[in-house]
Amino acid sequence: MRSDPTEYQLVAPGTLQAVVSLLAAEPGAWLPIAGGTDVMVQYAAGRLPARKLVSIWNLPELRRVEVSPGEIHIGAGCTYTDLREHQIVRDEFPLLACAAGWTGGIANQNRGTLGGNIVNASPAADSLPALLAYDAELILVSARGQRRLAYRDFHTDYKKTKLAADELIQGICLPRQFAGYLAYTRKVGARNAQAISKVCVAGLGRAPGGVVEDVRIALGSVAPVPLRLAETERLLKGKRIDPPLLALAKKTAVAEIRPIDDIRSTAKYRAGVAGNLVEEFLVKLGAGERAT
Amino acid sequence: MTESVERGVPSKLSLMELSFTVNGERRTVRVYPMARLLDTLRQQLGLTGAKEGCGEGECGSCSVLMDGALVNSCLVPILQAKDANIVTIEGLAADGKLDNLQEAFLQCGGAQCGICTPGMILAASHLLHKKPEPTLEEIREGLSGNLCRCTGYTQIFEAVAEAARRRSIATP
Repeated sequence: MRSDPTEYQLVAPGTLQAVVSLLAAEPGAWLPIAGGTDVMVQYAAGRLPARKLVSIWNLPELRRVEVSPGEIHIGAGCTYTDLREHQIVRDEFPLLACAAGWTGGIANQNRGTLGGNIVNASPAADSLPALLAYDAELILVSARGQRRLAYRDFHTDYKKTKLAADELIQGICLPRQFAGYLAYTRKVGARNAQAISKVCVAGLGRAPGGVVEDVRIALGSVAPVPLRLAETERLLKGKRIDPPLLALAKKTAVAEIRPIDDIRSTAKYRAGVAGNLVEEFLVKLGAGERAT
Repeated sequence: MTESVERGVPSKLSLMELSFTVNGERRTVRVYPMARLLDTLRQQLGLTGAKEGCGEGECGSCSVLMDGALVNSCLVPILQAKDANIVTIEGLAADGKLDNLQEAFLQCGGAQCGICTPGMILAASHLLHKKPEPTLEEIREGLSGNLCRCTGYTQIFEAVAEAARRRSIATP
């Protein structure tokens, strides 16, 4: 059932300040729309509950990448294309650049934004495990001011987040501390581009001489939210990667996830694949590999 | 209706006037702000080259260039195209002379039913603008958001490679 444009309000105030003022005036009444790659799909299907939309597409304040010595600040309105083409994202945050290249076709990469992907909060989104692995922090903005929140605390349940009704994501900060880390990422789906993942993993680690100094493992499509495997990471730290440790890590990883059966896959298949991907990452990490 | 009133939407939204550039010409339309760019192009401006396939950004048959970037026009609310520079397939052939991508599609048999062709050609145009000498892998990726159910893609990829060759000869 196609939606009727006469029933929807859309405004484009043009500045971040004006947008947050509008959100503050009627909290929860206005739905922000950036590149429309999620919102317009719901609209086309007649399933968009919001009737008042405010455009944040191409707001200059949200479309910048700022680089400082300690971190990179990615404006929430940066598109996947912006991310793929940014030299520092490519060089220092390959998990994110790679996921950006997996997300939809070129036209959707030109319009879909990182902030939109986070707020849409699909546990199957490909870029979100990368943000978890890099310990991203979000800058949330409202008329009340700004606050910073660890991204790993942002999703509270399936499609539920800590974003207040009058808030927007302004930017995503990634610490620049991953030189020398092995970056590993794989998406398992019907095909790489344009197919939503059955399982997707982002791994990051350092293991000089085969001993785990730091490790981060994040998975998509295996729980109601994108998930960091905290237990698995804890048991790996400081240990030498050998077959008994691999077996234990795999078992712990499978116990940590909560996959479901849905149209794309089954819980059983997802658990099997997730365990195998964790193992593949750790084998590479133990072997001293540096690149995916 | 009751629902929209409760949500605070004016019971009658009024049409707005908005301008943008289409194929080099400044155009003004009277639209509702959530009208899709695709519908505005086809219904108000008579530019029916962009096709509606899936209507949800999966098939690429409604592809156009917006400020130089390939977009699915079914996912663009018209208000976001205000003052933008839009190029549709109709804008590629200047003065009745086909663009060399169009020539190459003809020569290589890169079209059968033709529904996907405008989108394919605009995706290819966007790709060649960014990567004038693409590898086959880059061609496949550049067109991965455009679905064709007739050709099996091989002739389409050949056409893009052929156009790239012709362009490199024309502008050494």
